[in-house]
Amino acid sequence: MSVSVALEVNGRAVSLELDPRTLLVELLRRELRLTGTHVGCDTSQCGACVVHVDGRAVKSCTMLAVQAAGAKVTTIEGLAQGEQLHPVQAAFRNCHGLQCGYCTPGMIMTTVDLLRRNPNPTEHEIREGLEGNICRCTGYQNIVRAVAEAAVTLREAPAASASA
Amino acid sequence: MYAFNYVRAGSVAEAVQAVPGGNFLAGGMTLLPSLKLRLARPDQLVDLAGIPGIAGIEEVGGRIVIGAMTRHSDVASSAVVRAKIPALADLAGGIGDPLVRNRGTIGGAIANNDPSADYPAAVVGFDATIITDRREIPAAAFFTGLFSTALQPGELVLRVSFPIVHRAAYVKFPSPASRYAMVGVMVVQAGRDVRVVVTGAGPCVFRLPAFEQALVANFVPAALEGLTVSADGLNQDLHGTAEYRAHLVSVMAARAVAQAQGR
Repeated sequence: MSVSVALEVNGRAVSLELDPRTLLVELLRRELRLTGTHVGCDTSQCGACVVHVDGRAVKSCTMLAVQAAGAKVTTIEGLAQGEQLHPVQAAFRNCHGLQCGYCTPGMIMTTVDLLRRNPNPTEHEIREGLEGNICRCTGYQNIVRAVAEAAVTLREAPAASASA
Repeated sequence: MYAFNYVRAGSVAEAVQAVPGGNFLAGGMTLLPSLKLRLARPDQLVDLAGIPGIAGIEEVGGRIVIGAMTRHSDVASSAVVRAKIPALADLAGGIGDPLVRNRGTIGGAIANNDPSADYPAAVVGFDATIITDRREIPAAAFFTGLFSTALQPGELVLRVSFPIVHRAAYVKFPSPASRYAMVGVMVVQAGRDVRVVVTGAGPCVFRLPAFEQALVANFVPAALEGLTVSADGLNQDLHGTAEYRAHLVSVMAARAVAQAQGR
């Protein structure tokens, strides 16, 4: 059996015929070659695969592509405006909120959603907000710092994140 | 995953008609991982996400009615749930992680009845009513055992109706890896009644009558001093022994009472 799936990815209309078993992350990486979204654990633990579906951060390894039919999907590739990094991306770079970088796309996508819901989080709220994203390198200190810095930037210039 | 057919139901009737031989797909936070592990082989998945009218939160006649497809994050952030049943909002906001809460649904969680799921503690604790496509089921009769419920094959949960009870709290000891409750205790004081409900510790959610009686007499954490739970029949796995879980029940219960007292 194959099913037709039409959705919008990073502002672009996409229409595909897929096996219903296809995961959203497989559609993104394999069919659309958007390899910025990573697969870490494939068991909905690690959060490397986080993307936004209709504005909500979700684990794309635990969602069927057909479940995203009709939805607007944003991946890490859809955040920057040309050469201009999204404030959350810029903060992760400024604060060196990464080492190997494998978890970074998921961390950033989760952070964008977190700061939209809670623009002024405490450190505790940041750590709780990142509970579904695992980093095996950094010990999280600089990641938490990056989220806090991004929160300040976004509060001062909220329009910067309007597209995400 | 084994191959399956995918059906996006447009109505409750369509979903119920399509499901024989298959599974309802709500948020998929348990079903999809089970399919990946080839623990299930449904002929078709019947997606409930396109059915109008089974997601959302309403206050109706002194009760909070939550549609089966309502996501955990929406219960957690709902102004009306926060105001009327804050313990329920807290519980929903502590399930899994934020990304899981953006997909997982109350209907899926209770129909699955994972022994470590949080929602069964609230459904029993508040004495909620489960409304399906064919009847109403009281909470006390709904959860029947490990991954088992009173739902008949093909019966679909549409809504869960909670009485408004302010004085309640849910405290859990989450597994550090999965965030599932190793032990979670819901304490509810509704009028002269007290319910103490435990999830995560045994094969299915259960009440603690001795704890409840002690709290009816005196709703303070100290009322539970000296009360213990037997480890017989409790869960034992790499996260903790049955004895450890039994001990955690008393600790979580006292903390829940302390939190509920402040409300």
